[in-house]
Amino acid sequence: MISAIVTIATLATLFGLLLGYASERFHVEGDPIADQIDKLLPQTQCGQCGHPGCRPYAEAIANGEEEINKCAPGGEATVLALADLLGRDPVPMDESVGEKIPSVAHIIEKECIGCTLCIQACPVDAILGAAKHMHTVIDSECTGCELCLAPCPVECIVMVPVEEGIGNWSWPFPDSSSGALPLPREAHG
Amino acid sequence: MTAPLSRVDHFHGGIHLPDHKTESTTQPVAAMQIPSSLVLPLQQHIGAPATPIVSVGDHVLKGQLIATAGGRVSAPVHAPTSGVVTAITNHRVPHASGLSASCILIDTDGKDKWVKLPKPIANYADMDRALLIERIRESGIVGLGGATFPSSIKMEARNNSIDTLIINAAECEPYITCDDMLMREQADHIVDGIQIIQTILGVKRCLIGIEDNKPEAIKSMHAAVDAASLEETSVVTIPTLYPSGGERQLTKLLTGKEVPSHGIPANIGIVCHNVGTVYAIADAVLKGVPLISRIVTITGEGVEQPQNIHSLIGTSASELIARAGGYTGKANQLICGGPMMGFSMHTDLFPVTKGVNCLLVPSLQESPPPEPATSCIRCGKCAEVCPAQLLPQQLYWHSRSHNFDKAQDYHLFDCIECGCCSHVCPSHIQLVHYYRFAKTQIWSKEQEKRKADQARRRHDARVARLERLAAERKARMRKKKAALKSKKGGGDNAKKAAIAAAVKRTAAKKAAAKAASDSNQGATD
Repeated sequence: MISAIVTIATLATLFGLLLGYASERFHVEGDPIADQIDKLLPQTQCGQCGHPGCRPYAEAIANGEEEINKCAPGGEATVLALADLLGRDPVPMDESVGEKIPSVAHIIEKECIGCTLCIQACPVDAILGAAKHMHTVIDSECTGCELCLAPCPVECIVMVPVEEGIGNWSWPFPDSSSGALPLPREAHG
Repeated sequence: MTAPLSRVDHFHGGIHLPDHKTESTTQPVAAMQIPSSLVLPLQQHIGAPATPIVSVGDHVLKGQLIATAGGRVSAPVHAPTSGVVTAITNHRVPHASGLSASCILIDTDGKDKWVKLPKPIANYADMDRALLIERIRESGIVGLGGATFPSSIKMEARNNSIDTLIINAAECEPYITCDDMLMREQADHIVDGIQIIQTILGVKRCLIGIEDNKPEAIKSMHAAVDAASLEETSVVTIPTLYPSGGERQLTKLLTGKEVPSHGIPANIGIVCHNVGTVYAIADAVLKGVPLISRIVTITGEGVEQPQNIHSLIGTSASELIARAGGYTGKANQLICGGPMMGFSMHTDLFPVTKGVNCLLVPSLQESPPPEPATSCIRCGKCAEVCPAQLLPQQLYWHSRSHNFDKAQDYHLFDCIECGCCSHVCPSHIQLVHYYRFAKTQIWSKEQEKRKADQARRRHDARVARLERLAAERKARMRKKKAALKSKKGGGDNAKKAAIAAAVKRTAAKKAAAKAASDSNQGATD
């Protein structure tokens, strides 16, 4: 009886010390789960999830404070990826958020008064310009977060859907009912 | 000298198809009048689009550079004839999507006036190879077999690592005969091109693979190789079996070596060029002529006179078909490329680009609409014919269920989209379509991820910058405050001191005055 208690107590102390040492020795700064979640988020930094950016939302998910269905730009694909990563059940998209089509901001340049408010609002520095000079959006850097729309005092920023070109075109999912490639109706054009 | 036929290896799978080549080989390659307008897409190659260097209204000459390469993996574009640039705008291009892309539109003036071309390099054997590569690069030459990969890149570096040059003249896809006709008519010039490439790569051994359904081409190539008395260059007749003209399949046939998965032939010391590309290289080096034209096969029961036409790049498909006598009543479809790997176009108002080797107008009998697909019965025929030795069924299941990671585990990207599996499928499943779907989905996901990473980097940089600015401002404020405080404190003391001094002075004055009046009083008393 006594020997059992002593053994267990010794083991407990031993493992306690080991764990204590390990937690000091192998201490990891930051939250690796949040990092992984952040990697799956689309990085639009739009704040539509109610957090000031993708990283804070990732941290909120990691802490279990937030659902995984709040990311509008990511849409269902992101929900599924997050569910897969975290071992949670996929949930339908939050209806208050809703999915969006990918688009970029465009400044109607002749209406721009050069107030720099949008430049300050852009989370990825995708707007170029200076005070009292016309501003313009760098298309390739714009994430389509819409954060520049509200601050603009003359409402000269519009969202333009990203056009489908041969660079970003995808083959459609095959129509399994006919199994056919889309056939042209008229070859004579 | 032509070596005796070397023993030909074999590749896995492949299918025998009715080749339909004789229809378009009855006439010599036809010339064509200069069309009234040309459309030159900025992206006619794999890689970054070219950057236009002309503007609307400019008069351009034949062979003039009108768009420069947009990066290392890119190719410049030249004006195929003289004329005026009328627009630089989106125009329909030959692409499976049927979408438009940026193009330079030229209204031709019919004079066909040449620009001053770079000097021909006749003594290429004595030239620096870098110079030859540069010539090929600036001539806008890309792989004319259909892949349109910039040819100069295949020539770069690795001076001693290449031991074999393969000339791909298999032309295995049914209906297409442009390479066949080119070899029949221009074998000597092709052999010149081969010698240039041999010089650049520093290789002697060259194998020219031609399918045995092209006896005339084989004969003329034999004659040309003999005439040039090239050592270690041989014309190899390979059996007609689709897709023997795939780069990997031809390499296996001619050398018995396998190109590694995810690798290129250069990894095993081989460089492979299409025979049309070789011709274009000879043109560029020996005549200084950039790639501004190519031979296009116009064929199928849907055209009156199937034939090959030497066409300027940018000529509209409709004009080429008109040159071939126009459509017959049987015309049912327009395919850009061959029947196996080509894609349907809904209109003929698109330009012929560097990579378009064939315009096929099949009748309904030639290309019947596919039957409705039924369930896969796991017969395994697709795996038997797959020349890349993949498991088409597995790829199909995983692509269909959007399980792209799994599809990649089964080497989706080794699929050359030859269409053998779809062709033999008893359930009529358009397998290749699923693979194309999966591939483009994976690419677009990767693109999105790259974009997200970039956005994250920019956001982090911005946050860091704002923090730094805030800290700097704070530091500045603190400094200012401190300075103000010390100044203010100093001022107080000075004031106090001044007041004290003044008080002292007044007190002293008063005391002095008092003393004086006291002494005066004493004196008068």
